[in-house]
Amino acid sequence: MSDMLQIEGMNVAFPSRNGPVRVVRDVSFTLGRERLGIVGESGSGKSQTGRAILGLTPASGTVTADRLSFDGIDLRHASARTWRTLRGPRMSMIMQDPKYSLNPVMTIGRQIVEAYRRRGDATRADARDRAVAMLEAVQIRDPERVFNAYPHELSGGMGQRAMIAMMLIAEPDLLIADEVTSALDVTVQLDVLRILDDLVRDRGMGLIFISHDLRLVSSFCDRVLVMYAGRVVEEIAARDLHKAQHPYTQGLLNCLPQIDGPNVPLQTLTRDPAWLA
Amino acid sequence: MSTLVEIRDLAVTFGSGRSTVQAVRNVSFEVAAGESFGLVGESGSGKSTVLRAICGLAPITSGAIHVNGNSLKTPRDPAFYRKVQMVFQDPYGSIHPRHTIDRVLSEPLAIHGFKDTEARIERALEEVGLSKGFRFRFPHQLSGGQRQRVAIARALILEPQILLLDEPTSALDASIQAEVLNLLDALRVEKGLTYVLVSHDLAVVSHMCERLMVMQHGARVEELTRRALQNRAATQVYTRQLLVASEGFKSQ
Repeated sequence: MSDMLQIEGMNVAFPSRNGPVRVVRDVSFTLGRERLGIVGESGSGKSQTGRAILGLTPASGTVTADRLSFDGIDLRHASARTWRTLRGPRMSMIMQDPKYSLNPVMTIGRQIVEAYRRRGDATRADARDRAVAMLEAVQIRDPERVFNAYPHELSGGMGQRAMIAMMLIAEPDLLIADEVTSALDVTVQLDVLRILDDLVRDRGMGLIFISHDLRLVSSFCDRVLVMYAGRVVEEIAARDLHKAQHPYTQGLLNCLPQIDGPNVPLQTLTRDPAWLA
Repeated sequence: MSTLVEIRDLAVTFGSGRSTVQAVRNVSFEVAAGESFGLVGESGSGKSTVLRAICGLAPITSGAIHVNGNSLKTPRDPAFYRKVQMVFQDPYGSIHPRHTIDRVLSEPLAIHGFKDTEARIERALEEVGLSKGFRFRFPHQLSGGQRQRVAIARALILEPQILLLDEPTSALDASIQAEVLNLLDALRVEKGLTYVLVSHDLAVVSHMCERLMVMQHGARVEELTRRALQNRAATQVYTRQLLVASEGFKSQ
């Protein structure tokens, strides 16, 4: 299996009054056609890692890496033209919040059609049919209505699925899903995961699944990176997560309440300053 | 144990004519003094609206709510709020961004005419595990977990009997959630409080509550004890679906 994404020693820093703040520190990993989970608490740098891969780090930040390549293309010095050929058709990202990531003054249908027509010279009617089919594929019951709806007319779960449809219609090789299921109800969560799972299996897509939910990630992904304060503290096969070595990973696992858990105080996480070293 | 909160055939309806939304449909339950009762459901199931109806933030269309045997007046009188307080879901939205913590905590004391403001604020902060240094800070200088502690302190400062908790930890990281849940558990034992806790997370409710009610589309699905939940003795299909979903993803 060839690795489509290779990252070595990636750093992301933002300037501040007290000198640069390094939010991603020396992150290295490779991704093949698999489901890779990135887990961590808020502020651990997991979303910034995803954004840096797509070149979407805010302008004030700087990304440096010893190696950052996608399918043999060096992303560190990619021109705007190269990025245009990559983002959308080859790699894309589903953002956390559909309320802020969809264009509020465009119908869902127009946004999906736009995403589809960017990749080739599909006719308008063609693109429309594809868009409706895609909405159906993400389990939207009434695709024609959603096609003509504006984002504010949809519930959170519907909006999230519309976003997924928009990102998937271009059939990217690499998809970064940033907390896509966090805002959804548990039963809808599983539907969305099933869609992503099918895509990885049927189309051989590579998926980076960013989440704070350790339990969900361990049941869904093949491999998990655990991030703490910008650093990858542990990389582990998802099925071995209960054998995690790092105290932070163990802490994250143990602090979750369980339905069958004994009714004693939950374990809390004690942070060791040495983890930052 | 005596019944502290009794809700009978509560219905809450918003809007009128064609745009009528029945948020809560004929829900009944009882909560005994000192008990912790959970309401579980997905978004739109009406679980938060039940809490809001109890404390007067949503209208009671039909049915009755009794607290301590007394039916509630609309608007609620000050004595009610001294007995019943609520903690909201979003610690970023529920605290005034331009008031210091000191002002946030002194306002309920002023409204209810308490004299020993100073001592009470200090005690309330101490109870939720915040040092004195937090007293004159603004909310933006606090983390999400610390803000939720302030929200709990604000509710407890009037020494209520009943705390209504609306998804108190869903905006927090897992490790912070554990700290806040432990705090709530300890406070309940220490002060003999009664909780009505709303959450979408079965694990949180199972950890915190002795009894729970599952809701869907504004109606009651079933009422379970914690033991029954742990034994997977759910009788309704929907509850079983929730139980399966809470175990994570399974590929087919």
